[in-house]
Amino acid sequence: MAVKLSISQDEIFAHLLGDIDHHTAKEMREEIDAAIHRIQAKSLTLDFSGVEFMDSSGIGLVMGRYKLINSYGGSLNIINASERIKKMMYMAGMDKLAIINDGGKVR
Amino acid sequence: MKPINEMKLSFLSRSSNEAFARAATASFLAQLDPTVDELADIKTAVSEAVTNCIVHAYKNTIGTIYITMTLYEGKNAPEARIKIRDKGCGIEDVKKAMEPMYTTCTTGERSGLGFAVMESFMDKLKVTSTPSKGTTVTMVKVIRSKGDE
Repeated sequence: MAVKLSISQDEIFAHLLGDIDHHTAKEMREEIDAAIHRIQAKSLTLDFSGVEFMDSSGIGLVMGRYKLINSYGGSLNIINASERIKKMMYMAGMDKLAIINDGGKVR
Repeated sequence: MKPINEMKLSFLSRSSNEAFARAATASFLAQLDPTVDELADIKTAVSEAVTNCIVHAYKNTIGTIYITMTLYEGKNAPEARIKIRDKGCGIEDVKKAMEPMYTTCTTGERSGLGFAVMESFMDKLKVTSTPSKGTTVTMVKVIRSKGDE
């Protein structure tokens, strides 16, 4: 399992698990998107505490989820990303789409 | 330059092999005793190049991806040269393809950052391509942690 979802009302908390590459991003994307559509989510939090490795497929994952949650008028939060992952997020301008938070609660 | 060691690898363009390619190159590199950061840089760059082969070069088909990794003594510090080659569709305009955020993918799931990531994490990047013949990506990383201070 690549992602563990906790859902409360119109908020989704997604704990990403393992490496994020083009292969694993697909499963994460499908599970998260199904949940967003089902509850018409207004908030999505992506928790990167369980992610050791990520390539640019992770940026694609963030971009795509932003577009979807934004279409429901919702917002995107990124928490617990490593320095390395944060560097890639900033390089790709993801801080313009999502709130990148350093300290977040790990559920 | 005198090679210290070399390995060759070929595998099918299945996305499950992205993790395999990262692990195999990282494991071969271990003999140069790189830092965690150097290792992560190379794993990321390899992942980008291999993903390009799978997503673009062999789009809607399965082909073979070839990796040659050569380790050199280098001038002041050892170097790893990684060549990743496919016999896929090739790139019409390499310069355009290498522009950050440029992608031919229309699903919105690809960031167009593959080459930019390779460029920023490696010391050298060269891309040669012939349409309908294939693409070769050559990258060099200097393992500075083992260099003379």
